[in-house]
Amino acid sequence: MKKPIAGGSGSAAGIAAALPHAEASRPGRMTRWLESERLLATLLLAPAVLLLGLFIAYPFVMGVWLSMSNVSVGNPGEFVWFRNFIKAWNDSIFRTAFGNTVFYTFWATIFKLALGMWLALLLNRHFRGKRIVRAGMLLPFIVPTVLSTFAWRWMFDPTFSVLNWMLYQGGFITTKLPFLSDGTYGMWCAIVVNTWRGMPFFAITLLAGLQTISPDLQEAASLDGANGWYRFWHVTWPLLKPVTVVVVVFSIIQTFSDFQLIYVLTGGGPANATHLLATYAYQIGIATGLLGEGAAISLFMLPVLFIVVWLQLRYLRRLEGA
Amino acid sequence: MVIERRWKRWVYFYIPLTVFVIGTLFPFYWMLITAIRPDSELYRSWRAVNNAPFWTLHPTLEHFQDLFAKTTFPRWLWNTFFIACASTAISLFCGLLAGYALGRLKFPLAGTIGTSIFVTYLVPPTLLFIPLANIIRAFQLGDTPWALILTYPTFLIPFCTWLLMGYFKTIPKELEECARIDGATRFGAMIRIIFPIAVPGILSAGIFAFTLSWNEFIYALVFLSSPEKKTVPVGVVSELIRGDIYFWGQLMAGALLGSIPVAVVYSFFVEYYVTGLTGSVKG
Repeated sequence: MKKPIAGGSGSAAGIAAALPHAEASRPGRMTRWLESERLLATLLLAPAVLLLGLFIAYPFVMGVWLSMSNVSVGNPGEFVWFRNFIKAWNDSIFRTAFGNTVFYTFWATIFKLALGMWLALLLNRHFRGKRIVRAGMLLPFIVPTVLSTFAWRWMFDPTFSVLNWMLYQGGFITTKLPFLSDGTYGMWCAIVVNTWRGMPFFAITLLAGLQTISPDLQEAASLDGANGWYRFWHVTWPLLKPVTVVVVVFSIIQTFSDFQLIYVLTGGGPANATHLLATYAYQIGIATGLLGEGAAISLFMLPVLFIVVWLQLRYLRRLEGA
Repeated sequence: MVIERRWKRWVYFYIPLTVFVIGTLFPFYWMLITAIRPDSELYRSWRAVNNAPFWTLHPTLEHFQDLFAKTTFPRWLWNTFFIACASTAISLFCGLLAGYALGRLKFPLAGTIGTSIFVTYLVPPTLLFIPLANIIRAFQLGDTPWALILTYPTFLIPFCTWLLMGYFKTIPKELEECARIDGATRFGAMIRIIFPIAVPGILSAGIFAFTLSWNEFIYALVFLSSPEKKTVPVGVVSELIRGDIYFWGQLMAGALLGSIPVAVVYSFFVEYYVTGLTGSVKG
C-alpha cells in the first residue's frame, strides 16, 4: 500500500481520538479489517482448509469415483457402477482380509487397553527413576513402525529366531514354532507386535488422565476401607472413562487401517492369510495397478470408520451437554 | 498415601514393572546386538551348540560401514529430515492460525469447521493413497519430496489444530483484553501476547508432527521410486532386501540409526509430550 487511500486517514484519526494511546492505535487498513472476528477467522482458517480440501476432500471424492470405474495404470477406464465392490465381496481373499482386519483390530485393541491401563497405573506411582522409565516405555510408539517391525521380524526368523531359542531353552517347546510361516501364528504375531507398539500410547494417555484425578479421592476411599480393586472400579475408572473412550476410538481407527506392520512382518502371506484391507488394497491397486479395484477395497474401511467416528462424536457431544 | 506391605509392593509393583520394561526394550536391544554382530555369528542356527544369542564375542562395525558405503543411507536420512521439517513447518503454521481461530474467535460455522477438521484427522492415509497417487501423478509431483511435503500436512494439520485449539482455550481471555485496552489490535494481541504463551503447546505439536512424518510409510512407499529420493523407512524396506535375501546386519544398523533422531528429540521433550497430552485430554 504505497498510496494512502482516500478517507483512510480520516477514520483512523477518529479511532485514535477515541483511544487513550494515540501512537499504538493508528492501525492500517489491513489491521482494521482484522478487527472483524469473522474476517480474521476466515483468513486464519484459509490455509488449513485449502490444504485439507485439496489433499483430503478432493482425493476422497476422486477415490469414490475411481472405485466405480475400471481405471488402471495407463488406462483411463470407464464407469462400471458397483462392479468392483461386488467383485471384491465375492473374492475369497478379500473376505479373509476383511475378517483378519476385524480380528486384528479387536484383539490388539483389547490387549493394548488392558496392558496400557495396567502400565499407566504402575507409572502413576512414585518410584526412583520414574522419568527415565516413562521415557523408555514410550520408545516403541516413537520409533518408526517399519524399523521396529523389522526387529520383530528378525526375532521371529524361522532359522535364527531368538524367541524359539528362549522357548526351547526354557523347555516350553521341542521343535521350532513356525512364527510367520503359518497363517494363524502370523496373525497372532502381528497382534503381539501391534500391542507392543501401541501400548505406550494407551499408557501415557491414560497416565495423563490419571494425573488429573485428585489423590484425595483415593485416600478417602481407602480410609473408608475400600481395597485396590474396589478403588479402581468405583473411583478411578468412572473418572477415566472419557479419556479411555477417546484413546480406544483413536486406536481402533489406526489399527483398522493399519498397513506398515503387516507389509513388513508378513507382506500379507503366507498365501494371503494375513492380509488386512489396507495391504490387500495396496497389492491390487498399486502393485498390480488396478486402481479402481484397489480404491473399492480400501473404501470398504469407510463404513466401519464412519460408525466409530459417529459414536465418538455423539459421546463427546453428550459429555459437553452434561 | 496408601500404605502397603513390602512383599505386596514387590508382587504388585516391582515385578510387573520390570516385566514391562524388559518386554518393551528387548527388541531395541536385539536391534543393537544384531547390528554389531559379525555375519559369521549372525547366521548360526538357533540350536547350534555354542550359541550365545544375548551378547557377541566379536563386536564389529562392518554393518554400519557397509550401510554407508553400499547404500544411499545418508541421503535417506537427509531426505527424511528435510521432508519432516518442511511438512512440520507448514502444518504448525496452518494449525496455529486455525487453532487460534477455532479456540478464541466467535464466528458462524465455527462448530462445523471444527468438527470437519476433527473428522479429517480420522481419515486414515490408507483410505486415500490410491486416489492421491493418481493426483500426484497428474500434478507431476511423483518422485519429488514435494509429493510428501504437501500430503503429510493432511494428517498433521488436523492434529496440530486440535492440540493448539485446546491449548488456546486454557489461556485466560483477560490477557488478550488487557492488551486490547492498551491499544493492541486483535491481530497484534494474537501475535505478541497469545502466541508466546502458547510456546509449550506449539513445541509439543511440533514434536508430534515431526515424529509422525518421520514415521510415515505408505505415502512415501507409493509416491517415491528412485533409490536416492527415498526416506529412511522406505529405503530400508526396498533397498536392503534383495529378492528373498535380507541383509539383517545392515537392516538392523539402519533401523537403529533411523530410530535415534526421533528418540533423541523425544528424550529432550518427553515432559512437553506428556504435558501436551494432558492438555489435550483436559481440553
